[in-house]
Amino acid sequence: MNETLLELKELVKHFPVRGGTLIKRQVGAVHAVDGVDLTVGAGETVGLVGESGCGKSTTGRLAARLLEPTSGKILYRGQDISHSSRKRLKPIRPEIQMIFQDPYSSLNPRQTVGTIIRGPMEVNDINPSGGRKKRVQELLEIVGLNPEHFNRFPHEFSGGQRQRIGIARALALDPKLIIADEPVSALDVSIQAQVVNLLQELQRDLGIAFLFIAHDLAVVRHFSQRVAVMYLGKIVEIGDRQSIYERPRHPYTHALLSAVPEPDVSSEPRERIRLAGDVPSPINPPSGCRFRTRCWKAQDKCATEVPPLVRLSGNREGHLTACHFPEAPTTQGEDVVLDPALA
Amino acid sequence: MTTVSWSGEPGTSRGPGPFLSVRDLSVEFSTEDGIVHAVDGLSFDLEKGTTLGIVGESGSGKSVTNLAILGLHDPAHTKIGGEIWLEDQELISAGRGTMEKLRGNRVAMIFQDPLTALSPFHTIGRQIGEVYRKHKGASKKEARDRAIEMLRRVGIPQPETRVDHYPHEFSGGMRQRAMIAMALVCDPDLLIADEPTTALDVTVQAQILDLLKELQQQFGTAIILITHDLGVVAGTADNVLVMYAGRAAERGTVREVLREPRHPYTWGLLSSMPRLNSSVDVPLRPVRGTPPSMLNPPSGCPFHPRCDYPKLAGPELCFNQRPSISPETGHGDACYLTLEQKRELRTAKTEDRA
Repeated sequence: MNETLLELKELVKHFPVRGGTLIKRQVGAVHAVDGVDLTVGAGETVGLVGESGCGKSTTGRLAARLLEPTSGKILYRGQDISHSSRKRLKPIRPEIQMIFQDPYSSLNPRQTVGTIIRGPMEVNDINPSGGRKKRVQELLEIVGLNPEHFNRFPHEFSGGQRQRIGIARALALDPKLIIADEPVSALDVSIQAQVVNLLQELQRDLGIAFLFIAHDLAVVRHFSQRVAVMYLGKIVEIGDRQSIYERPRHPYTHALLSAVPEPDVSSEPRERIRLAGDVPSPINPPSGCRFRTRCWKAQDKCATEVPPLVRLSGNREGHLTACHFPEAPTTQGEDVVLDPALA
Repeated sequence: MTTVSWSGEPGTSRGPGPFLSVRDLSVEFSTEDGIVHAVDGLSFDLEKGTTLGIVGESGSGKSVTNLAILGLHDPAHTKIGGEIWLEDQELISAGRGTMEKLRGNRVAMIFQDPLTALSPFHTIGRQIGEVYRKHKGASKKEARDRAIEMLRRVGIPQPETRVDHYPHEFSGGMRQRAMIAMALVCDPDLLIADEPTTALDVTVQAQILDLLKELQQQFGTAIILITHDLGVVAGTADNVLVMYAGRAAERGTVREVLREPRHPYTWGLLSSMPRLNSSVDVPLRPVRGTPPSMLNPPSGCPFHPRCDYPKLAGPELCFNQRPSISPETGHGDACYLTLEQKRELRTAKTEDRA
């Protein structure tokens, strides 16, 4: 592996919950991210999957330092930026860019496409050779839009084209790392594939590292070399693509994989795991292992001891699992149905 | 002794035709920008106890079709043509009173977003019971008991206390379960589920889809499942209808359509989706371009601007003449390529992919 670009160390982010009638006091905290360790190497793509409320978006925003962590460290190229001031962050900002989920709300409807893409260059006072307008046209061409369209407004474009505008804006400053937060989930299937291909091309041609946040496991597999599975603010399993998708050890990873609807009618049967209920509230997460309330293997130990994220015997290097009672490394195990309405 | 066996329950009158039959349906909306041809000449049938998956991208007319079945369109701005037969009753010409008696009773619907479809001011129990009281003339007490029973059936823990809770006290998956309970409270013959799991997480989606299947086996309901996800259809439906630009592109059983897709658009949809076991080094093969505007749909085959094969099939046909689905029954598609050509192209594609 080459140089480490981004390193998150025991990262924690709690959002205060305030209550009380007259004097608003903090009555609790949403444990959005609770001790996450993650590294992203230069030119690498790390996928972050999990269900809504698991803290994957907060992790992304912390990595871009749009949020300040409650504790823990964010290192960018070895430099601690966890609590840096705006001024100190300024030289780093251009190197970390974001792509957002919703192509409708992430573009200012009153600005032309040219102004939107030029925005980052103006803010950071960057004057590319040949002028900003030429650079904007270049960028439009790179993302597959007509360079003549820089004077148009976002409403004149379709969802997929808007997402391309958002990508062009993220590319405007030649970033080293792009944090893509659900970049394709708002798009239609046929358009999704176009955007995924574009991102992959960009990564190959420009060597940009990606932190790819998504809930769609198949898309994440297609795009990421390494994958981290999050559950209620913690990484429960992390490893290279093959380990996570073919030799998963954590029961939650098994459950997630078996729940993916696949458009196949002939393939070999996969294990069928149906959990009961939904993800518990992150305001008051379960003690010990957070997955234990929905896990079929949970025992007393799981309620008292937090399982460490470690390499289990028989796993490849870099494949870490946080579970006291891991599953066999296969995706064709036995069926588990916990839902009372299905039993 | 010879007996005539009926597939329906005893006592139900059953005409010779299918349970639900949509014939040549067209829906047009007049808007400020002009007339939107949302659905154009759509026909399909649905038998009792089976599930039809309607697949298409946004704007393909899949939701509009089902709003037309329920008569939920705005009559002032909508022009509907064709016929919709529910057993021996025609629904397009039916009056408001007839439709009101039908909705929630024989035909029910589940919407995509349970939070906006449920009223925040009333308890879950009251909302489920209301349907039952209106259609079955039950008392408040009976309706409440029925609501509790339905909540139990859809797998909500402690239904006796949950029945008095408000929607905001339920999680997303529980709300969708409550919606299903509400839809099934009067034992409908037809259930229309419009993207029932799109707003949910994968593990919850799997639970809800299994629950729908389970309940279908118990109640014998016919289900129309609208979705954009061919994966959802693969696990849930018996038959599939692929829609593009307000028309049927392909229809057949799930097996036929997923294993031997015939229409180039279906090929495109399938090759756009990454799989859990596909090769990761080859790029995905999306359908190029974007779906057409329904204000001004393309002439001829609506898919021709995005299709790679008009040259093979004969450009005059593709560009000028609307293909209709053929053969009339079974696995059919609306494309001018010959079956032989389709088979060759598909084999070439799968070999390419492997």
